[in-house]
Amino acid sequence: MHRFANPARFLRIARPATGWTLWPGLVLSLAGFIGGLFFVPADYLQGDSFRILYLHAPAAWLGMAGWSGLAIAGIATLVWRHPLAALAGRAVAPVGALFAAICLASGSIWGRPTWGTWWEWDGRLTSMLVLFFLYLAYIALADAERARGPDSEGRIAAIFGLVGAVNLPIIHYSVIWWNTLHQGRSISIVEGRSSIDPSMLWPLGLTFVGLTLLFVAITLMRMRADIARIKLAMRLQRRAEAAR
Amino acid sequence: MTAAPKTQRLLLVILAIAALAGAALLALWGLQGRAAYFVTPSEIAAGRVEPGVPLRLGGMVSAGSIAPVGDGNSFRFRLEDETATTTVRYRGILPDLFVEGSGAVAEGRLLANGEFAADRILAKHDENYMPPELAERAERATAETVAAP
Repeated sequence: MHRFANPARFLRIARPATGWTLWPGLVLSLAGFIGGLFFVPADYLQGDSFRILYLHAPAAWLGMAGWSGLAIAGIATLVWRHPLAALAGRAVAPVGALFAAICLASGSIWGRPTWGTWWEWDGRLTSMLVLFFLYLAYIALADAERARGPDSEGRIAAIFGLVGAVNLPIIHYSVIWWNTLHQGRSISIVEGRSSIDPSMLWPLGLTFVGLTLLFVAITLMRMRADIARIKLAMRLQRRAEAAR
Repeated sequence: MTAAPKTQRLLLVILAIAALAGAALLALWGLQGRAAYFVTPSEIAAGRVEPGVPLRLGGMVSAGSIAPVGDGNSFRFRLEDETATTTVRYRGILPDLFVEGSGAVAEGRLLANGEFAADRILAKHDENYMPPELAERAERATAETVAAP
């Protein structure tokens, strides 16, 4: 666990990993979007509007995966006092919030022609909006905690990240537990079942993997920038002390 | 003998997560029926819905049930689930994806005579995605199996 606690060691892995995730991520996402927009047949009922799926579904997954990352970073902060975990949590939060927002916006745009409404307060839509608000709260809380000084080590934000994880199963199971306007899931990896025709499925795989790699790349870049910022502040402080 | 602080903290976090999950489960238990976005025709048939209260009704549009009435802007159709059917009256524009045999949600209230007066209709989409040729083929296949015997 503490193998990566040393920022120098972390950076030795993070630096090449950024490039290894960024470029394949961009290429796969682009290929997936082009495939989804131009090479896949239109849906028998929804026509072309279904193509927003290739952005909407991966965005929903990343919105939720981002919070799972926050929660895991929270446990690492609380239990092992891992120095990079709080940093990772702060790096993930805005990225997760971005994808949650993309999920909400794309779903809304799809909902207008399909359902006949931009927004309805059903279980799935509401719990996803709650996730977005939780992200905003986490960002504000983590910033405030950091501004207060280094002694709390991001513990308050870590606890908030853990508590907020309660929402994740609610989002996932909302379409099963309650009658919702949102349809049930189309793909089950565990059961190996998909109600999306195979001819329309392949771009979804590309955008899923591509956007996930992009998510990782952006998070790594944010972590590296944060480490650089901390290093710079420390160096300036040392220089000021030496000059005195 | 006391455990290392790391182990203590790990235990504490596990306990906290368990308590949290328990609390969430209890809250959801309390929410149960009330978090539903719509009621179903069988819930109306069971008499669990009071007339006059604003609510949403969801179900499948019965085959061959959409009929225009009177001024041409009003429609009457039936929403069904596995066990029951409710007749819905609606005046207004129907969404494009509102078709017989697919899901819909009606917003309005139940009338004393057991019919549902809707102010708004939403089309519900299911989790199936397929190209048009495939949908046609599937439809023809079901039509043939129905016609065969």
